[in-house]
This record gives sequence, structure tokens and C-alpha cells, in this order.
Amino acid sequence: MAEAQSKARPKPRAEGALLDIRNLRIEATVYPPGEKPRDVVLVDDVSLKLERGKVLGLIGESGAGKSTIGLSSMGFGRGGVRLTGGEILLNGRDLRKTGAGGLRRMRGREVCYVAQSAAAAFNPAHKLMDQVVEAALEHRVLSRAAAEKRAIELFRKLSLPNPETIGERYPHQVSGGQLQRVMTAMALCSEPDLIVFDEPTTALDVTTQIDVLAAIKEAIRDTHVAALYITHDLAVVAQVSDEIMVLRHGKLVEWGGTHQIIKEPRQAYTNALVSVHQIEHQEHAPGVTPVLSVKNVTASYGGGTVKVLKNVSVDVFPGQTLAVVGESGSGKSTLARAITGLLPPLEGSITFDGRTLGNKLADRSRDDLRELQMIYQMADVAMNPRQTVGTIIGRPLEFYFKMHGRERDQRVAELLEKIEMGKGYADRYPAELSGGQKQRVCIARALAAKPKLIICDEVTSALDPLVAHGILELLLGLQAEEDVAYLFITHDLATVKSIADSIAVMYRGEVVRYGSKSTVLTPPFDDYTDLLLRSVPEMEIGWLEKAIQGRKMAGAGN
Amino acid sequence: MGGATVAKLIAQRIALGVLLLLAVSVLIFAGTQILPGDVAQSILGQAATPQALENLRRELGLNDPAYIRYFRWLFGILQGDLGTALSNKRDIATALSGRLANTLFLAACAAVVSVPLAILLGLLAVRYRNGIIDKAISGFALASTSLPEFFIGYLLILVFAVKLQWFPASSTVYDSMSFLQRLQAVVLPATALTLVVLAHMMRMTRAAVLNVMQSAYIETAELKGLSPLKIIRRHAFPNAIAPIINVVMLNLAFLVVGVVVVEVIFVYPGMGQYLVDHVSKRDVPVVQAVGLIFAAVYITLNMVADIAALLANPRLRHPK
Repeated sequence: MAEAQSKARPKPRAEGALLDIRNLRIEATVYPPGEKPRDVVLVDDVSLKLERGKVLGLIGESGAGKSTIGLSSMGFGRGGVRLTGGEILLNGRDLRKTGAGGLRRMRGREVCYVAQSAAAAFNPAHKLMDQVVEAALEHRVLSRAAAEKRAIELFRKLSLPNPETIGERYPHQVSGGQLQRVMTAMALCSEPDLIVFDEPTTALDVTTQIDVLAAIKEAIRDTHVAALYITHDLAVVAQVSDEIMVLRHGKLVEWGGTHQIIKEPRQAYTNALVSVHQIEHQEHAPGVTPVLSVKNVTASYGGGTVKVLKNVSVDVFPGQTLAVVGESGSGKSTLARAITGLLPPLEGSITFDGRTLGNKLADRSRDDLRELQMIYQMADVAMNPRQTVGTIIGRPLEFYFKMHGRERDQRVAELLEKIEMGKGYADRYPAELSGGQKQRVCIARALAAKPKLIICDEVTSALDPLVAHGILELLLGLQAEEDVAYLFITHDLATVKSIADSIAVMYRGEVVRYGSKSTVLTPPFDDYTDLLLRSVPEMEIGWLEKAIQGRKMAGAGN
Repeated sequence: MGGATVAKLIAQRIALGVLLLLAVSVLIFAGTQILPGDVAQSILGQAATPQALENLRRELGLNDPAYIRYFRWLFGILQGDLGTALSNKRDIATALSGRLANTLFLAACAAVVSVPLAILLGLLAVRYRNGIIDKAISGFALASTSLPEFFIGYLLILVFAVKLQWFPASSTVYDSMSFLQRLQAVVLPATALTLVVLAHMMRMTRAAVLNVMQSAYIETAELKGLSPLKIIRRHAFPNAIAPIINVVMLNLAFLVVGVVVVEVIFVYPGMGQYLVDHVSKRDVPVVQAVGLIFAAVYITLNMVADIAALLANPRLRHPK
């Protein structure tokens, strides 16, 4: 027994491709409310081949089946997903014909996985080191001492701070960007042949994403591991992949070399993904009287101990858009909370439509509340799942305008027309809508109150690029029709260019750059704006290296 | 800074426990004051002359205001003086100490079996969730809990004492008994108690661990190729420990304070039986003393559960 423990289980090594998926079909059973359960096909007739040491990017919108395909290379179906057809040949043997024990011996040994949210994927009860070396010990690849030594080397390679001691920390003691790199080290520790990266940088700030991306790319190059790199961001995948596969609705659209896909796409859908969806938005000159004027606002949580807003002053003009940009923790959403009265500021004043707003929610009149509406990032949790769309949109009509019966239903139908959905949706429940439709309903609910200003908090961040594009066009159209002003909070600079008239860049609770769109986006830049702009991935092979070299300051979270 | 936070939280919890115990002592004292009847009357009987009653009242201090009597009682307890039983004029503390030890012994025997068994069964139920093993475990545990303890007790006596004659029907223990003899005496009552508390702890373990099994880090463990039992033991259980400790402590408290019926059935000389004897004799000082001890056990165990849950949280043990 002792002898067996010191010996690594042999890894099968066949000639030919490392991973060869042929005509893969994946199904799942769905249980729609009030209907009979039925089977749906998630992935249909997808084939791919991956040579040792190569990187294949899987790209597509949500629901394209990219994560499902990625996990199938580990013989894993998440939440009752079944691999029902085709072959998944890894190192020459078919995972669909491998039993539970065989799959266990393969997972963590031949293929490892890097999840989108490392913060959720690490066990909060154990030290990082114990989790990083776990697979290597389980499969007897390395002794404990050797595995820890390798882990520390990997930490160093991934440019984590204090590589010798970071393993002694618990997951909550390490930042998100660092955790994502520790997870990459965890995947590399057992010396696998293949790593599945499942949107490893999507949940990170752009300024952090660029560092993690560079670290992952270097680690792949130095260890000669093969990788499936899953993302919805073509610009990101172009930096790391040798080949790219475009998927849609579980089917293959196009598969080719990285250069070919981003420069000479052959399919219309790939072309739509590749072409930049910049909305040409002509900025308006600032008006005379602002509808909202925030003056020298300072706010804090925890009774004044931590200042999250420091002396913030911005103006929003009627019918125009002010974009507030910054990474997580910069105070963007706190500014929204101060304006809406949810977090009374310590100092400063907020003037709205010529009158000074009460600091606290309780001090504000019903009209104050009505004219200042809000739309959130997560449309599905911002709606009561047990109310129909008609009830949701009708509620502000009843509350603010005392509209009832036919009059209300008619207005709801009008609003549904405005958001390009049609009155047929009034009887639907939120669960029956797509992500984009849910956000449209939230927009209609905000509009129903006839507001002068709508605060949009990351309203397109959770949506696929093409869907987000539609929402932005809708918002611009509504602005022209209704003359409503937007305070648009986002971390995405492409969105800012499409929609803003003026921009405020926030960093650690302060506005570091503020002015009209053209002035803010014209050099010379301050260091932070420069970093922010340089960190936005461009669809250009070699962008990553250029961007890293040209930075004046390092991203946070390092 | 982190150690200080945890120490502060624990100190707060202990202070709260002491405060709670004081409040309970007030309630117990007030409750027994509201009870109808008069202690002097019950000692002297119906035939007592008014003068004799008055003399005894003065002697016992019954004419003093209630709060003075409360503080006199409280300070007595703090010095280890639980008062004197009215019915037999014996010192309560002396009479209780042996019985408390007996009750704790029985509770400990039941706990040593039931807690590990319940957690093990809970983990097995998670491993084979929704399968035949899970259903069998749940069915057995729920059935044993649904049966009242007196029924289980008599059933055990019938089968193991009367029919099979493996164990004695009466669990009387004496000072002269050896440890093994004592163990043999408490097998049946300990089994009855185990059956009563098993299901609650088992179901809670199952639910708490199942809840954790939904987490993303369980998938991570699965994708490392760990076996299901290893995943449950190493990755799920440590994160489910807080709710499990809580329910275990609740049941341990029940083992001490809820044994009244079982002790009476098996004629076991513990606190419960002592309490029942004296309630029927309207012996107020004894009822107060026993009530206070039960309350102290309850509050202490819950406090231990809270502190253990605090210590089990890595975020509190290792702050940023």
C-alpha cells in the first residue's frame, strides 16, 4: 500500500490529438412551470480537435453551449446535463464509455478546470495551498513537499505577491484577480495535459483582467499545456488562442485560425461578432441649468470610518447622459445610492430640477421620488417573479398617477410598444423572458413614472454584446423622444463612447477626470484614465503585450 | 486584530449567557411565587394554628418583601447553598449532587452514541441522496422520533428486559456499583434517549451538508477527481459545521433536561425523577433549584454552540 502511494498512476498517452470530439450531442431535461418536462438539445453535432500544447478558443453568446462543451472534455455534465451522442476522445479513450471511477482518475490528472468565479470555486474553509496541491496528491502525481514546491513556483510564474506565503492564506484574504491566478496555479499543479478555462477573466475589472490574462498566457506558454479557452469576448480570446471556434445555439458556426477568424471571417454571424458595435453618438454641448447637480458630496459606510465618496461634484443636463466610469470599489454605485437617498451623504448637497433634495429618503416628496428612477444590472432580481409584466409596469402608474383599469392597461400597452415588445407580453412572467427582454421591462417600469432622470447602474453588463447593443440603442431612442437624462454607471469604456455626452472617471471615491466626452477621451490623460483606456481589449493579435508595456501605472489588485 | 475580534465576540456571548441566566432565575422565582398555596401552610398542615403559622413564616423569612427573598435565594445559590427541601428537611445541594451526576452520566452515554451516529447517518444520507439508503435512514430516524419516549421505553423493557432478559428493566444505580455495572444499567434508557434525539440531528446534518453541496467549490472538488465521500467529508462538512453544532447542542440540552419521563420509566435515580417526586409534594425550593440547574445547562450548551460556530468560521479566525 505504501509503495503504491508513492507511485503516480500512469497517464494514458495515445498518438494523435490530445482531445478529439466527434459529433458531440448534449441534452438536458427542462421542467417549465405548468408544463410537462421535456428534453432540449444543448449541443448538436459539434466536432473539434486539439493538439498537445495548443490553445483553442470557444466563443459565443450565453446559451451557445461553450461551457457545456468545455466541461464535456472532463466527462462532466453540470446539473443533470447528459452527454447523449458522439465520442469524446481524450488521450485516445472515449470518455462517454468511461465509468465513474475512470472519470475520477482522469479529472484533476489529465484535465483541470479554471472557473469563472474563483471566489466561489475555492472552499472558504481551507487554506489555498491545501486546495492547490489537492489534485496532485489525490492522483499521486507528486509528494506533498514536491507539490508545494511546484505550487510556489507557479505562484511566482503567475506573478502573485509573496509566492512563498500566499498559500497559507484563506480564500477571503486574497483579492479576486489574485484568486483567479491561484486557481490557474491549482489547475497547473498536477501537470495536466489540458486545462479548461471557463471565462476566467469575465468577472474581473478591465484593469485586473489584463494582468490575469497576461499571467495565464505566459503560464500556458511555459508549461506547454493545452487549453480550451471559453469566453464571450472575442478580443480577449484573440490574445491567447491559436485557433478559435465560434458557436451559436449549440452548433458550430465557424472554426479557424485566430487570424482568419478575426480578420477574414467567412460566416455572417462571425462577421457580426467581429465588427465593432460602436454607436455613433454625437455629444451634446452642456446645457445652461443642470437637472441634477451633485456638489461636494462626501459619503461613508460604517458611521464615517471608511469614506467611499470624497468631495464628488458632477452635473447632469436635461436630455443628456453623464457616464460614470471606474472599476469595482471606485464608488460609482455609492454615488447612485447617495443621489437616490438610500445613503445620506455626510457633507455636500444634491440639487434636482432647481430644488435641493433631502438627504434622507424620508425627507423627499413623492414627486422627488417619481422624477428620479433607477434601473439595475440584474434585471431578474429587480422584478417580483410572481407578478406579470403588466403588473410590474402598471405599478408606478397606479402609485404615482392613480391610473386604474382600462386607462392603466392602455398606458402599459403604449410603454410595451416603446420598448419594442408589444402588448402581448403584458401577461407573461419575468421567468418567461430573455435577459434582454427583462432589462427592457425594467426600462419601461422606470419610464412609466415619467422621470426627468434615470440612473442606469451597469444595465448592460450582464448581457451579451449584441443584446447590450440593442438596449443602448433603445435607451438613446427613448432619450430623444422623452427628453430624459441618464446617469449611466458602467465599467465598460466602449459603452461609454456609445452613449455619453459627458464623462466622470472615478477612482477610489474621487472624480479624477470630468468633462465632455471629447475632452475626457482626448490626450493627455492622467495615469488612471490612461490605464483604463489601455486595458480595454482590442481585437488585434499582440495587443496584450503592447498594452502591458505601454502602461504608466499597474492595475489594482496586484 | 483578528484574535481580539474573536475574543470580544466570545466575551460578549458569555456575558449574554450570564445575563440570560439571571433573567431566568428571576422568572423561576417569580413563577413559584405566583403558585397558589403557602409554604408554611403546607409544612404544618391544615390543623396548624394561626400563631404557629405566623411563627414559622417569620422563621422562614416569608414575611419579607419578594425582592429581598429573591436576593437571599440568589446569594445562597452563588455560595453553593440551594436551600433546604421542605418535605424532608434535607439540604438540596447534597441531595442533588449525586442525582445530577447520574443524569449527566446517562446523558453522556446517550450522547456518545447518538451524536457520532446521527452525523454519520446524515453524511451517508447525503452520499446516497434520494436513493434507497437515504430513504431507509430517514424513514428509520423519523419513525423513532415520532414514537413518544415512554412508548419506546416500555417497548425496550418488554423486548430486552422481559423477553430476552439481556438488561435489567429497572436502571437503579448505587454508589457501590462499578463503572461497567452502571453502563449495563443505563443501556436501555440511553437507547431510548438515543432513538428520540437521533432523527433531529441526522436530518439537520443532511440538510446542512446538502445545502453546501450546491456550492461551486463542490464542483471544483468533483473536477479534481475526488471520491464522493471525500468531497462530503473534506469539502462539504467543514462548511456545514455551524448549523450542525447548533442542533447537536440543542439535543444535548434535551438529553439533560428532557430525561424526566425516561428516568421515571426506568426508575433511574437522576434529576428528573427527583424533580417529579418533589413537584408532587409541592416542594417549592427543590423545584426552584432544579429549574435553575436545567436552565443553566440549557444556556451553557447553547453558548458553547455559538462560540464553537464562531470559531469554526475561517473569516473570523483569519480576518483580512
